[in-house]
Amino acid sequence: MDYGTLRGLVALLILALFIIIVVWSYSKKRKSSFDDVANSIFEEDLALREQAAKENKARHLDINNKQETNNNV
Amino acid sequence: MTISNTSAVDYNFDVVRQFTVMTVIWGIVGTLVGVLIAGQLIWPALNFETPWLTYSRLRPLHTNAVIFAFGTSALFATSYYVVQRTCQTRLFGGKLASFTFWGWQAVILSAVISLPLGYTSSKEYAELEWPIDILIAVVWISYAIVFFGTLIKRKTSHIYVANWFFGGFILTVAVLHIGNSMVIPVSMMKSYSIYPGAIDAMMQWWYGHNAVGFLLTAGFLGMMYYFVPKQAERPVYSYRLSIVHFWALVSLYIWAGPHHLHYTALPDWAQSVGMVMSIVLFLPSWGGMINGIMTLSGAWHKLRHDPILRFLIVSLSFYGMSTFEGPMMAIKSVNALSHYTDWTVGHVHSGALGWVAMVSIGAMYHLIPVLFNQGRMYSIRLISIHFWIHTIGIVLYIVAMWISGVMQGLMWRAVNTDGTLTYSFVESLTASYPFYFIRFVGGVLVVSGFLLMAYNMFKTIGAKDGSLKAIEEA
Repeated sequence: MDYGTLRGLVALLILALFIIIVVWSYSKKRKSSFDDVANSIFEEDLALREQAAKENKARHLDINNKQETNNNV
Repeated sequence: MTISNTSAVDYNFDVVRQFTVMTVIWGIVGTLVGVLIAGQLIWPALNFETPWLTYSRLRPLHTNAVIFAFGTSALFATSYYVVQRTCQTRLFGGKLASFTFWGWQAVILSAVISLPLGYTSSKEYAELEWPIDILIAVVWISYAIVFFGTLIKRKTSHIYVANWFFGGFILTVAVLHIGNSMVIPVSMMKSYSIYPGAIDAMMQWWYGHNAVGFLLTAGFLGMMYYFVPKQAERPVYSYRLSIVHFWALVSLYIWAGPHHLHYTALPDWAQSVGMVMSIVLFLPSWGGMINGIMTLSGAWHKLRHDPILRFLIVSLSFYGMSTFEGPMMAIKSVNALSHYTDWTVGHVHSGALGWVAMVSIGAMYHLIPVLFNQGRMYSIRLISIHFWIHTIGIVLYIVAMWISGVMQGLMWRAVNTDGTLTYSFVESLTASYPFYFIRFVGGVLVVSGFLLMAYNMFKTIGAKDGSLKAIEEA
């Protein structure tokens, strides 16, 4: 196989990979787990707050309050 | 003030704090040098007849300071913060993380000293000489070990998309830097590239454009995917789109470099590949921009009250503008007009001041209170003022450079009926002066914004722990 053909095949392979990525990420089955992941950046704050509540220290509450919203207005 | 790591996970926020503070400091330094050289273009006497202060030496200092000191410090800070928070684990390699901070500051200091002294490899955005290049490589590999080490020991099953962008950026910049910096040293501060002629030029712009694509784009997209949803308090518009966005962006960017070498000794086919790939790149760029902006869908009212969110969302608008302008300028016939003119300078600054700086500033304003145990920044009003002077500064800057650039391009290509040039070069320079002044004013506004930011930051850091309470929306 000459170099040109090989390069063509590699290009096709990469295109196929890309299409697989698109189909995979847009499959209905993945939807709910992706939603969970997208929301995971807010769950970390929840975990922090629970931990703080358990330890029940006032200074924790301050910080958690801030980390949860950071509503700066 | 006391700083307590109070969370369930004992996060390493020390290194994040260090990089955050230095981001703001280097932001002031980098833009200030920029304003000085913008001034020199109007008033050449501003070099004070000193070789160390000539434009040719300060210009690389400006670009290195804003890209590697300001921008990269922001990336270090946010990537170390985001990877810890989203992986819910402490940063890997405690001392090594600390080494990346001090090592990186040492790199910047060496640049601040060696560039004005005239030591340069003459490669754009890679001017630093070989001993500094080796230090950069060592720090960068340590950065990769810290970042990927943290990913490996993560407590969560999934790797959040922001980390994919950060990881792609760290890995690619290592490859680019080491590849482009291959030199034969002839003395302590002088070296020659191992690549010959046109190959050297192609290596340089493979590096140069991917410094834009991975450092200034992928890295900051990582920032965007965490801080925009966080500040807007809603999940990213489409997580699925973000996955396609990542793979499309990283697989396309690497090919776009040759558009810096249109109509040069680079083979024509390579120029055409660069042009086509740059145009295709428009799609993932806008996919990402839409994903970021649409995160706010249904919550647009937040923009009215929250200047931090405004910074983040307007940065995405500038990102969209720049990534439309970029592919257009990569078209060979457009490039014939735009190349070597101020249009390029305007394009770079719409990306750098609009996208990179604004998303970083937004992320920093989000981060500073979190890192220093406060509910909010010292003054929200100052953030709002910063937003407006920064925005007006950019608009003045890029509009002036557009007009000046297109004018220069047209003047340089104008020919009389007998085939002689209509204008001499000096005539085009004289015509550019008013726009250089507008650019200077824009730059002064941007620096003033950074000074306000520094004041606001130090007031926030100095305030009593937890004394600045978050204001709940009515």
